[in-house]
Amino acid sequence: MGKRVGMEVSIAAAEAVKQANVDVISAYPITPQTHIVEHLSELVANGEFDAEFFCVESEHSALSVCVGAAATGARTFTCTSSQGLALMSEITYIASGLRLPILMIISNRTLSAPLSIWNDHSDAMSIRDCGWIQFFVENGQEVYDHVFVGYRLGEDRNVLFPVIINMDGFILSHVIEPFELIEQEKIDQFLPPYQPVHRLHPDRPVTMGAFALPSIFTETKKAQEEAIRSSIPKILETWKAFGDMTGRYYHPIETYKAEDADTLLVTMGSCGETASVAVDKMREEGKSVGLVKIRLWRPFPFEAFKEATLHSKQLVVIDRAISVGACGPVAAELKAALYGEAQRPSVYNFVAGISGRDVTPSDFIKMVDKAEIEIEKGNKEGYEIYGVRG
Amino acid sequence: MTENLNVFAVRTLTQKEYFAPGHRACQGCAEALAVRLVAKALGRNVIIANATGCMEIVSSPFPFTSWRVPWFHVAFENTAAVASGIESALKVLMRKGRIPHKKIVTLAMAGDGGTADIGLQALSGALERGHDFIYICTDNEAYMNTGIQRSSSTPFGASTTTSPAGKVQMGQITWKKNMPAIAAAHNIPYVATACPSYPIDLVQKVKKAADIEGPAYVHILSVCPTGWRSAPELSIKLGRLAVETGVFPLYEVERGQYRLNMDFPKLKPIKDYVKLQGRFRHLTESMIDEIEKRVHQEYEQLKEKAKKGV
Repeated sequence: MGKRVGMEVSIAAAEAVKQANVDVISAYPITPQTHIVEHLSELVANGEFDAEFFCVESEHSALSVCVGAAATGARTFTCTSSQGLALMSEITYIASGLRLPILMIISNRTLSAPLSIWNDHSDAMSIRDCGWIQFFVENGQEVYDHVFVGYRLGEDRNVLFPVIINMDGFILSHVIEPFELIEQEKIDQFLPPYQPVHRLHPDRPVTMGAFALPSIFTETKKAQEEAIRSSIPKILETWKAFGDMTGRYYHPIETYKAEDADTLLVTMGSCGETASVAVDKMREEGKSVGLVKIRLWRPFPFEAFKEATLHSKQLVVIDRAISVGACGPVAAELKAALYGEAQRPSVYNFVAGISGRDVTPSDFIKMVDKAEIEIEKGNKEGYEIYGVRG
Repeated sequence: MTENLNVFAVRTLTQKEYFAPGHRACQGCAEALAVRLVAKALGRNVIIANATGCMEIVSSPFPFTSWRVPWFHVAFENTAAVASGIESALKVLMRKGRIPHKKIVTLAMAGDGGTADIGLQALSGALERGHDFIYICTDNEAYMNTGIQRSSSTPFGASTTTSPAGKVQMGQITWKKNMPAIAAAHNIPYVATACPSYPIDLVQKVKKAADIEGPAYVHILSVCPTGWRSAPELSIKLGRLAVETGVFPLYEVERGQYRLNMDFPKLKPIKDYVKLQGRFRHLTESMIDEIEKRVHQEYEQLKEKAKKGV
């Protein structure tokens, strides 16, 4: 078993990047991502970590540097939040289209306006369709673990996709949590150096990033789409291998007291832990409530999600973002996933906890109660923003 | 005479082509010629990051490529950042023993829009960070790939599709941005201007840029018959006229020292240059005089800098 320590989550994330023996790191500071790059800078400055690390003049360039370095065969890392992610969004699509296994941690933060540095998922949702493998993690240990999982997975020759680890800004990034650190020898075995299929090198010249006419564009997109869908078995395999090494097993959809529940809370990210406290309380009161947590956001695990939810009567879906003029983006996704089923639960959608507003166990209980009343009344597919004052 | 040989003896260059024929550039495209010469100058041990633009489009329609060296296109505005990534990856992978040690030149290439407008921030960042790479701006003085829209590198008076010669406005109303001066202001080891009408001069500058450690910036004027509304067979002549009239002087800034590569005791009249180009055909005598005055003034300032060596 690895060493158990107490550590700030951002520091642990940086330690994981060091242990993953990353070659090139490029980033631009933005709250709440800063502690990761600050600690990486320290590690490099103290000679504890041999990497090319440089702070560039924008997030757009940060990801562009990673794209150039990854195409040359380096293992690369960047991290950002909010406006920074919005600025680099153009390149997120290109990194995926070029099939470059870059790893990025997003300390999730609200998109302006109004300006807000606090946590929600509006930044992640703005690049939902960029073609990266996207995880949402629940606690610090999961951030640390998924750095190794992410590189091994992304660099697999049958996968070759960039990977995003979404962690809630401040709520996770700035708190001290207990960690079980993995011994370096184990990591080196789990994650050998990156061996690209093609790299930019004069010994074997290749053209990368050629443009596509309409006669070939659809075929290239189909190939990308099929590749990311068929990466699900590889994701499961990588988690299995990681679990065998550490004893920590991960799944695309995690459940808590869900098997026999009539009502299922559905969460993504750190609020899953709070929701589980609420579930315990409601169970004590004799209510049939369980919890479903989405860990793998892209490629979306349709089968696992249906398996976890089809037996229930209703889902109470918590979104930490708004698709303005529609509803919560997670709820929309889940409704689409369930649409083909003859017997399907109602989906009641709350937008809650945007811009860092706390969602406490009693809030979850209130939302479940409200949803059950509304569904009883016949408002089966309701949508509301929770906890608005005035 | 020796000097002339040095400037014009194109047959002394390698016969090898790294930018292959068969690309889709327009007839008389001096930018394609410039790129071909740059590729010849650098040989096979190079990795090219190319911005979106004419040269990217004419050379890489999948599944074809004109590139016999490693070549990478990512986006429009980030070429200097992509090159930074390539350069640092080469450095760290060689240091960690994952690829063999050898000299590989990292070359970033963009047009005037990709350099002086949308790519300026990424370029400034890369120059400031001091990456060991060459940045080449092939300047055809407008967004030719999208249909001849004005850029900050379009000269005063030129008519483009977004700075048309209208009834009240006579083409571009601003003066050309001085990109080499901006690059030089970053105190990088090497800045030069070049033009494919002077092929040997161009090749020598690119070779020098490759030999120098640290960032090097080469600004290449590239005549565009399509956008300049000039006859394709006049591209070489127009490049020479740009130099001989003082519109585009050939010079170097080596570690802060200015050197004029070709000095003309008497510059040719601007009229000789503008009259061959449809983009200037609406110019009045007084506008031509105004341009000439400004060109002469800037040429004198450059000569002063070269004289002082600063």
